[in-house]
Amino acid sequence: MINLLNTFLNGITSGAIYSLMAISMVLVWRSTRVVNFAQAGMALLSCYFGYEAVQRTGSFWIGLVVAMIAGALVAAVIEFGFMRILLKHSSQGPIASVAPIIATLGLLGLIKGVIGLVWGNADVVIEPPFSVVGFKIGENTLTFSPLKLLTLVTVTVLLLIMTWLFQRTNLGLALRASAHEPEISRLAGVKVDLVRTLGWALAGAAGAAAGMLQAITGSGGMNPDSIEFRLLLVFGFIAAVIGGLDSMIGALVGGMILGLVLAFTLTYASGSLVFITAFVLLLVLLIVRPQGVIGQKAGRRA
Amino acid sequence: MSLNVSNLTVHHGAICAVNQVSLAVPTGQLAAIIGSNGAGKTTLLRALSGLNKPTSGTMNWMGESIKGVKAENLVRRGISHVSEGKSVVPALTVKENLLLGAIWRRNAKEAKQSLEEVTSIFPRLGERIEQRADTLSGGERQMLAIGRAIMAKPKLLLLDEPSLGLAPLVIEQIFQSIKDLTQSMRLTVLLVEQNAMGALKIADLGIVLNLGKVVAVDNAQSLIADPAVRAAYLGY
Repeated sequence: MINLLNTFLNGITSGAIYSLMAISMVLVWRSTRVVNFAQAGMALLSCYFGYEAVQRTGSFWIGLVVAMIAGALVAAVIEFGFMRILLKHSSQGPIASVAPIIATLGLLGLIKGVIGLVWGNADVVIEPPFSVVGFKIGENTLTFSPLKLLTLVTVTVLLLIMTWLFQRTNLGLALRASAHEPEISRLAGVKVDLVRTLGWALAGAAGAAAGMLQAITGSGGMNPDSIEFRLLLVFGFIAAVIGGLDSMIGALVGGMILGLVLAFTLTYASGSLVFITAFVLLLVLLIVRPQGVIGQKAGRRA
Repeated sequence: MSLNVSNLTVHHGAICAVNQVSLAVPTGQLAAIIGSNGAGKTTLLRALSGLNKPTSGTMNWMGESIKGVKAENLVRRGISHVSEGKSVVPALTVKENLLLGAIWRRNAKEAKQSLEEVTSIFPRLGERIEQRADTLSGGERQMLAIGRAIMAKPKLLLLDEPSLGLAPLVIEQIFQSIKDLTQSMRLTVLLVEQNAMGALKIADLGIVLNLGKVVAVDNAQSLIADPAVRAAYLGY
């Protein structure tokens, strides 16, 4: 029974982080129809800025905010200075669907290289702000700790802010309209190019937050090749696809499904099956329900 | 003359879709551009609103050139374009679609006021205000598209085939509301239509376009009476 509870809580905690990462990929997809494999790299870079802030101030929260701002700026610069030009030049022919993906892979390598150059390849550690010792239920100690609770609360707060932004503000309306109908949005006076950059910036901030939480809940430090960020990339992407790639709610649900399935696999099967399970889940879903758990039947429009 | 187009030429690749077109629409008038499929009507309208780039010629609105003005900035000059095929965002609600039209004004109070105006002009939209646009009928979507354009408080309205794919009775309603809007909101309207009869009936001015060229300009009633126009475009 305690095992079941542990597994469930672990599942939703890591699921929450995957959801946040998936949302950042969905935001990029919706703004520019690019699958951004550099997203986790951008998150990692942002976390190094966050790390610097934590080192100087001693506050994780300042670090989180700094990382999110850095994430937004990095993403905006990449969209404005690089992706926009790339998409303009490769909008036609067979290269059109492949070029952006290859470019983001290249970007991932570039970012890792830059991090190595500036911060070195050794682990850096961001100190968790809360205890990692689990809560107690009677005699039993849970693996669910104040730190994990904090993670869940942080993700929930960020999701609420984002929901408010998307549903209640003009920026949110512009983001949603431009994602579906850029031409109509332009005719309505929306500066679609600017909105795209802002979409990337939001995605960068969400990814940075996911990265910071992954860094403190994960097993150790960050380095340009750290396993935690590879997990973030792979699982964030899978969660986004499970959710249909086009839907923020889908990304949330996808992250939670993935987090729970992987936690149960880890507890009740074997740790070595986790990766396999994730990909099997992805493949089965693509066959059974390619539009994602939330996506519409008609499928997405390009 | 508030809208002045002169010697406008637009190419689609090597094809010349609009060839040396000149036209003028006085303030407050409703001009109908009629012509068969491929006559260049849509291209002409898209060039006016910055969606297609003209090769040569001039376009002036209220004495200022609108050539090279980006589509997203045109609305700031009082020009709203309803593009072909029910120009709405299907995934958004009726209310969100309408508010999208007022988004550039950055004034929630005014937007709310316009929202009330539009729903009083099109009560059907008011009834369906929280519904997603893709649950609407074709006619309702066209009303929504026009409503969205009105939300921007335009002075010039560019309408591309509002009758497309609608039932005859609905077309009549749409045309009637376009006429009413023109008068009540003191709009200048450029209406592109394949439904020549319906368009000319509500128009002040008629312009016939064929293979990218203007072949006739006259007041709408005279065009309806013109035997050549009747034979070619009105079907009797």
